Amino acid sequence: MSVLKITQNNFETEVLKSDKPVLIDFWASWCGPCRMLSPVVDEIAEENPHIKVGKINVDEEGDLAASFGVMSIPTLVVIKNGQVVNQSVGVVPKQKILAML
Amino acid sequence: MYDVIIVGAGPAGMSAALYTLRANLSTLVIGKDGGALEQTDKIENYFGTGGVISGKELLEKGRLQVENLSGEFLTEEVVAIEWAESFTVSTQSNKYDAKAVIIATGNKRNTAKIKGLDRLEGKGVSYCAVCDAFFYKGKDVGILGSGEYALHEAMALNGLVNSITVFTDGKEISAEFPSDMKIVTEPVDEITGEEKVSGVRTKDGSEYKLDGVFVALGTAGAGELARKLGLPVENNRISVNPDKSTMIPGIFSAGDCIGGVLQIATAVGEGAEAALSAIKYLKSLNK
Repeated sequence: MSVLKITQNNFETEVLKSDKPVLIDFWASWCGPCRMLSPVVDEIAEENPHIKVGKINVDEEGDLAASFGVMSIPTLVVIKNGQVVNQSVGVVPKQKILAML
Repeated sequence: MYDVIIVGAGPAGMSAALYTLRANLSTLVIGKDGGALEQTDKIENYFGTGGVISGKELLEKGRLQVENLSGEFLTEEVVAIEWAESFTVSTQSNKYDAKAVIIATGNKRNTAKIKGLDRLEGKGVSYCAVCDAFFYKGKDVGILGSGEYALHEAMALNGLVNSITVFTDGKEISAEFPSDMKIVTEPVDEITGEEKVSGVRTKDGSEYKLDGVFVALGTAGAGELARKLGLPVENNRISVNPDKSTMIPGIFSAGDCIGGVLQIATAVGEGAEAALSAIKYLKSLNK
């Protein structure tokens, strides 16, 4: 599945009301480590149709980032049934991300 | 632009330099000192020394070999490695470009853990000022550290945050911080906060109210450099492939900073492997 751009406008329908687990990648263009993690997240989206994958640009969606308490990027968050079940900070290997799901 | 910059002038870094130089690659070795090996008095388990040798003597001989092959040495502290199309290695005063980088900085031994650091990582504790400065606009932050690396991190925050307090954790200041930054030399007891960082408590019981704490203790080690590049780090060690390449094409790593048995023999071997992989990588660029 392709990666969704998550904004304040689609957050409720795409994330909170999703019937699939959602993996969210909080990122920004100035963040070097985010550039490393991004292609890994893309791969996960492609290879795992049973989950939904979204990216949140913290520069544009400061309120969303704040509502998750994101203070370091990259941050990954896994949401199931509208609840945060797992969270990680920094670049993590693909296997670890898959284990978070 | 150098073909290869090697960060770290211990046995792994210098062994790598011997290989890249012999492959006719322009090579710069940047290191603050000889690391763990320099501190070792007697070495009896390393092949070819004819008996007992001191770490210092072994380093000097190795360095001479590198210099005889026209390798360049710089005694500076590396504070950051960045990549775009090529790599830029920054020290406090200079920047050097290279097509490939070998990280062989060794690993910090016996660093005492400050309470709260692990628990609050990502919740106000940050290891990357340039990544996370954005979240602290107009806020009060602390920096853990006392040297050039701490200053480098402080400058990435300066002007954006409301105030910067430098906690040296009992160490003497060894860099010139701007005068508007408050310096606290008392050892740090704990990073406080439940859900997120609320401040720093020093051993004398003083409490400093802060929104975030940036960690830049000592010199920038492999873990710090790798984190900022976006390389996976586990237990402060860089994860490498069997050929000593990393997730970033053009970056290789060897020696104590990738873990293992922390021996001179393995560091030298890994340095050779990293260099051979770097040579192969640079050849592939020229095709």
